Amino acid sequence: MCLGIPGKVVEIRDDGPLRMARVDFGGVRKEACLAYVPEVVLGDYVIVHVGFAISQLDEEEAMKTLEMLRAIDAEGVAMELGSMGDDSTAGPPAAPPPQLPGAV
Amino acid sequence: MKYIDEYRNVELARKLVDEIHRVTTRPWALMEVCGGQTHTLVKQGIDEALPAGVRMIHGPGCPVCVTPLEQIDKALAIAARPDVIFTSYGDMLRVPGSTTDLLSLKARGADVRIVYSPLDAVRIAVANPDRQVVFFAIGFETTAPANAMAVWQAARLGLDNFSVLVSHVLVPPAMRAILESPTNQVQAFLAAGHVCAVMGWTEYEPIAARYHVPIVVTGFEPLDLLEGILMAIRQLEEGRAVVENQYARAVKREGNRQAQETVFRVFDVGDRKWRGIGMIASSGYHLRPEFARFDAETRFDVGTITTAEHPACIAGEILQGTKTPLDCTAYGVLCSPRKPLGAPMVSSEGVCSAYHAAGRGLAAPTAVPLYELTRREP
Repeated sequence: MCLGIPGKVVEIRDDGPLRMARVDFGGVRKEACLAYVPEVVLGDYVIVHVGFAISQLDEEEAMKTLEMLRAIDAEGVAMELGSMGDDSTAGPPAAPPPQLPGAV
Repeated sequence: MKYIDEYRNVELARKLVDEIHRVTTRPWALMEVCGGQTHTLVKQGIDEALPAGVRMIHGPGCPVCVTPLEQIDKALAIAARPDVIFTSYGDMLRVPGSTTDLLSLKARGADVRIVYSPLDAVRIAVANPDRQVVFFAIGFETTAPANAMAVWQAARLGLDNFSVLVSHVLVPPAMRAILESPTNQVQAFLAAGHVCAVMGWTEYEPIAARYHVPIVVTGFEPLDLLEGILMAIRQLEEGRAVVENQYARAVKREGNRQAQETVFRVFDVGDRKWRGIGMIASSGYHLRPEFARFDAETRFDVGTITTAEHPACIAGEILQGTKTPLDCTAYGVLCSPRKPLGAPMVSSEGVCSAYHAAGRGLAAPTAVPLYELTRREP
């Protein structure tokens, strides 16, 4: 029920006092009310729940999250290499990895 | 689709699983609050890819599942009236009441209609001035702005043939109830991203501090959940307990102020009963006095309601996270999505339906996860 789907605003119109939009969800278009996201303009992405846009998606934050996720591996590798004690490896100095209790 | 596909990247998912294994040094129990998150976890086998001892406890965040039986029985009594067009989100139609469900009632001739948005129910009321149109206003904070707007619009249009049967519940009081239970095992929460898109996360900060429990606002795609789990485990490992936001692309600390304003114009906070859990103080919304004329419970006299749950159903314990569907003797035998005994087997967010769709504990698996995330232990 709390399912919210991201979609692109492709049409905006006024329906009485309510600002309404057509939102494209990967080819499927549905009506959504924009009353709660008044700053949204054509081409913006919103999260739609039961016919209402409840949030505008923040492109910059989305990019930051993905970059962070991509960086995880690099961090992990640096840690693993650090634990091998090879000082000739390029990259930032790494903290020793945490020890698992009982690990052999 | 943008904002979906990139959060289903298998390679990044594997990296996150590896990172979770790397940072975990001891067993932890985390609860994902929302049923939508439960479905992704179970469908993709994410919970099974976690380090041994790290357990996902499934939370009560399925609005259909926690709508009390009394409200379902009231809905059935109202929907059976010949002067009523009863409108509801599709999820509610097959939820078993004490004796029947809305879909069966519809098959027997009742005018029960599924709506995509509560504004559709208002439109039906405008188009049918000689009929009473009732909307079943259920949901968590995510749904409240839409349901509140329907009431607001009905008031603006002066509709006297529109009313709502309200059964709105709130997440933070349920989290507190879980943490205060003597049987609680939850050490960290993944908070429901879309509830927070509306409400923000300031109300979670005192919970994190008081109970010393990490809370991570988390999205719904596989990478969101894996990152949310990683952030929560990092906090647990470091002994921190604060609110963090994994779902930054959709959630701001203050939430959606416009949506909150409309919700609080229409609704007041009050006690609510949760199906399978019982009464929780200040855990739901009721119509404010100035909108009381839209309350279906006062508009229609439904007489005395006597409820009866199916004796084999353990939905209450499953909703509280103390049991899983695999502990239920009816699961997959007496109870299936085709013939559900309890609401968690009906709803697209119910734990039992998630397990059943993934083939958990069934003789013949019904689905294959998108990812092969399970990590080979060295």
